[in-house]
Amino acid sequence: MAASFTNIDRIRRANSAFMTTLTGLCTLLAVGALIIILGHIAWQGIGSLNWQFLIDRPRPVGEGGGIGNAIVGSLLLLLISSVFGLPLGICVGIYLSEIGRGRFGDAVRFIVDTLTGIPSIVTGVFVYAIIVVPTKHFSALAGGVALAMIMIPIVARTTEEMLKLVPHSLREGALALGAPQWRVILGVVVPAAAPGIATGAMLAIARVSGETAPLLFTAFGSRFFPESLNQPIASLTVQIYNYAISPFDEWHAQAWAATLVLMTLVLGINIMVRFLTRKKF
Amino acid sequence: MPRPMAPVETSSAKTKVAVRNLNFFYGRVQALHEISIEIPERIVMAFIGPSGCGKSTFLRTLNRMNDVIPGTRVGGEVLIDDHDIYAPGTDVVDLRRRVGMVFQKSNPFPKSIFDNVAYGLRINRVTSSGSELEGRVEQALKDAALWNEVKDRLKTSALSLSGGQQQRLCIARALAIRPEVLLMDEPASALDPIATSKIEELIFDLKKQYTIVIVTHNMQQAARVSDRTAFFLLGKLIEVNATEKIFTAPSVKTTEDYITGRFG
Repeated sequence: MAASFTNIDRIRRANSAFMTTLTGLCTLLAVGALIIILGHIAWQGIGSLNWQFLIDRPRPVGEGGGIGNAIVGSLLLLLISSVFGLPLGICVGIYLSEIGRGRFGDAVRFIVDTLTGIPSIVTGVFVYAIIVVPTKHFSALAGGVALAMIMIPIVARTTEEMLKLVPHSLREGALALGAPQWRVILGVVVPAAAPGIATGAMLAIARVSGETAPLLFTAFGSRFFPESLNQPIASLTVQIYNYAISPFDEWHAQAWAATLVLMTLVLGINIMVRFLTRKKF
Repeated sequence: MPRPMAPVETSSAKTKVAVRNLNFFYGRVQALHEISIEIPERIVMAFIGPSGCGKSTFLRTLNRMNDVIPGTRVGGEVLIDDHDIYAPGTDVVDLRRRVGMVFQKSNPFPKSIFDNVAYGLRINRVTSSGSELEGRVEQALKDAALWNEVKDRLKTSALSLSGGQQQRLCIARALAIRPEVLLMDEPASALDPIATSKIEELIFDLKKQYTIVIVTHNMQQAARVSDRTAFFLLGKLIEVNATEKIFTAPSVKTTEDYITGRFG
């Protein structure tokens, strides 16, 4: 009897060790892939990275130039898309969590879920049709709207999930004090979920900052610093695309450097999110 | 040898809450059957009964908290100061201002202690000036016997308080808006004996000003704290009488069985 128990024990321990090693290897593979990507980008891009590169606008081959206007353009596009996308997305999230019940709420949730999966190029073509064609030119505004349309479903879903995490007892406590429902939502539930909602918003911004396809037919791209929202505007992603498919080595090097800058931007946002939402209250 | 009972005094005190033939449904399931009861003002009324007998459900009908649960239906009348609170067009928000509630598990908002107590005052726009608000908050915390423990840290998070303190904070929060009736759903069941006795002392003090209805599964607590007791079973009101009479000479056999621990 004792011998068979020891055998079972040995098999169990061997199994456990095997699975632990296996999951460890998978983790190393996944994390390693990320580190290799980041490392390769840094190695390739660091050579062309200098202060002039960051503040100058693109110049013809052989004259150097930089991505200054693309950085400004990307930030401007993120700003426009946040102004449109975040309030709308958060409000949809509040509706789904607090107000929308029954069939209509389920239908809205289904539509939002579907919208998160729409390929971004389709969104770009859609905004091309509804803004660029009537106004007869590419514009930063169109680019911002396209990014906002990608942002809204993501922000709506994360907002809803965060609001659902607020315990029901808090809502009951506020209702029992004679608060109408809108006060309960705005004064108690949303503030309680605020760190989570902010995280979701910033992650949506980070996600959208890497979009290229929707900007191709809306913001289009430019060689100049932005002067108005009704004109085409450069962005890091489109600039990288244009440089990468060009036949010039000098521009390839600049594409690598721009990629490094973009990755730093995205990483920076993610790290800032982590830092700002560390536990306080 | 039964000792002489004090006569049951109901007619002298004014009735604060009168319930007539209340029926309550969760969807198709009937949770409360033909409940009729009168609660005089400025007393402590205890609801006792085994788990699932409907006492918490009935408590929540008194401030229409069951409205937030989808699929519920109410029949009958609940009159507070002779107005049926289930009449169409009743201002439910105002009702909940007048009938406060303290829950079984304390639920302070993730805000500061001061903001928790001030919440009810702010949303009902009871006071406009800062000093008046501070005065009301201080009074509420004193009424809840919490002022001395927190007066130096009003701006710290309410979640940093102990369980018993959080529950007293919730009581202060409910008292700040000066309700007429205070409903307490097993307020001390999640607390240790010392915190429990503090809450019970509090209830004893509060009944001078408020009508208090307390649900408890702890019969000794009901006997200690309340003036009148109502015994519920399976959604029906079995017996209601002065506490002393219920616990020493109940009229209904089922009540006696429950009191003596034969079931529940």
